[in-house]
Amino acid sequence: MMSRLGLALFALWIVVLATTPFYADNSIVRTAIMLAMYSVLAFSWNFIGGFTGYPSFSTAAFFGLGSYAGAIAQTHGVPMGFAWVIATVFVAAFAAGLGMILLRLRGHYFAIGSIGVVEVCRLVVSSWSGVTGGGNGLNVPLLMWAPDTVGAFFLWVMLGLMVIAFALTAFVDNHRLGFGLKCIRQNEDAADMVGVNTTFYKVSAYILSAFLCGTAGAVYASWIGYIDPTDSFQILLTVKVPVMALLGGAGTVLGPAVGTAAFVVMEEFVWANFLNWNRAILGIIIVVLIFFLPGGLLKISYRRMINRLKGRESAGAPV
Amino acid sequence: MSNEILRLEAVSKAFGGIRAVNDVSFDLRQGEIVGLIGPNGAGKTTLVNLITGVHRPSSGKVIFQGDDVTRQKPYMAARSGLARTFQIVQPFPEMSVLDNVAAGALFGGDPEGLTEAREHAREHLAFVGLDKIADQPASALTLPNRKRLELAKSLAMSPKVLMLDEVNAGLNTGEIDAALDLIRAISDRGITILIIEHLMKVVMTVSQRLLVLHHGALIADGEPTAVVNDERVVEAYLGEKFAKRLKEAGHA
Ligand SMILES: Nc1ncnc2c1ncn2[C@@H]1O[C@H](COP(=O)(O)OP(=O)(O)OP(=O)(O)O)[C@@H](O)[C@H]1O
Ligand SMILES: [Mg+2]
Repeated sequence: MMSRLGLALFALWIVVLATTPFYADNSIVRTAIMLAMYSVLAFSWNFIGGFTGYPSFSTAAFFGLGSYAGAIAQTHGVPMGFAWVIATVFVAAFAAGLGMILLRLRGHYFAIGSIGVVEVCRLVVSSWSGVTGGGNGLNVPLLMWAPDTVGAFFLWVMLGLMVIAFALTAFVDNHRLGFGLKCIRQNEDAADMVGVNTTFYKVSAYILSAFLCGTAGAVYASWIGYIDPTDSFQILLTVKVPVMALLGGAGTVLGPAVGTAAFVVMEEFVWANFLNWNRAILGIIIVVLIFFLPGGLLKISYRRMINRLKGRESAGAPV
Repeated sequence: MSNEILRLEAVSKAFGGIRAVNDVSFDLRQGEIVGLIGPNGAGKTTLVNLITGVHRPSSGKVIFQGDDVTRQKPYMAARSGLARTFQIVQPFPEMSVLDNVAAGALFGGDPEGLTEAREHAREHLAFVGLDKIADQPASALTLPNRKRLELAKSLAMSPKVLMLDEVNAGLNTGEIDAALDLIRAISDRGITILIIEHLMKVVMTVSQRLLVLHHGALIADGEPTAVVNDERVVEAYLGEKFAKRLKEAGHA
């Protein structure tokens, strides 16, 4: 469940991001696009990793396949919007097929299996050069508009996806599907035994975790104009996205947005200048998360923290 | 029998070389309370797992309400009215007591949505006496209350047959009496009950019929007093001493 305040803050956040083209420079708009994109990926991951408790690392596979499906369709003359739809449907179908196999595994085995998928996809795309351009990558037809207009356009598209991902999350959270997924996370055998069709629910969650990643990948390809296998199937992406969701609070409705915002803001403004340290800092965040913030930023008891601070102040104050 | 609700026909299950359940046939009749006893490792839990689709029988058939359900999945069993509690309680630990039961109602029963499922859940919690602590997380409950929660959860699934796998294990005498009252009240609702139990006193007081498993085979099926005097049962399970005591107590 989510509070009105949470919903209002989310709406405000969308407005702040959506209006960047009117008051900020191109690099901020670019950051806003990336923020929206990562939010889509984190919301998506939350369905399988958060609600269902299956630690999936296949985000980069869905994203990469989406970007390639969209790019290939576009290079064959399919209009951009339609190419995005093709990418979405393709990735959803891929996730459905893969989910039926992969979701027989539990825990670590599932995690390792899902990360393997990213590598397999990358290898297939690199080797199948007749269709994908192989290691040389693919050029996607660019929009011939003014650069500022292009930036604003892709920002609003990504934000649209982000709102869809959020709305889906809020809907699932309040309905039978989300309730069943939470049952699976807490005790899969017991879920089975109260009548949850666990296989169907898990595969549904996996598809939900995939299809918008596909769309986001295709939109990204159209925006950037060039994709290659290493950029599209990044192991780093597949780790970053769960970290963002966990940072905000996995299995919560707003967690992915909060975590992504915190992560990207830190990444852009705090350590952008320490490029060599980028991965080390990611590592540190992961360690801190595991040891100090198992519930994420949204699960911290801020009230207790404030009370404690107040208590200390009054204790330290002269009588 | 015309009012039979569940029938097992020559059901067997082998795990590797072990025949955990061996050629077991019996039926349950609508509304009765049947005790299932047998030493550790006799195959009692496995039998419940075979009925609810957790394991698939190596051979034989499970017939529920006239339909062959041998190949059903656990969730299908749950939806069709075959509910069970686990020997080791299986709550959804971080969910509230209420939501644990609502899960049973939502997926195993037939309410429309979550709100309705929670309403149903409240009734079942009141029935087992947990309504006062409906909002606590399940993990905070004491063992007797966890067992009650299991009961409420399975009741919420509106079962036709309820299989209780050692719901009384680990409870003290007072708690067992309360649990037995509950079981009788469930039976009064017309639900057929198969109760697995180690404590002979408990099975004898509550069951109308007794099944005895030994090394996976069904060695007795009949009236409780007749069964506990059966020579094979005495030898396999009860021991001479118990049979004698029971006789002296005037049960025979
Ligand atoms: N999943 C399994 N894999 C392999 N062997 C199993 C499995 N489940 C049960 N067994 C074996 O089947 C036999 C019967 O076990 P079961 O748990 O059904 O006995 P039980 O009558 O319920 O015993 P208890 O009174 O201790 O609960 C045992 O030998 C057990 O080791
Ligand atoms: Mg057992």
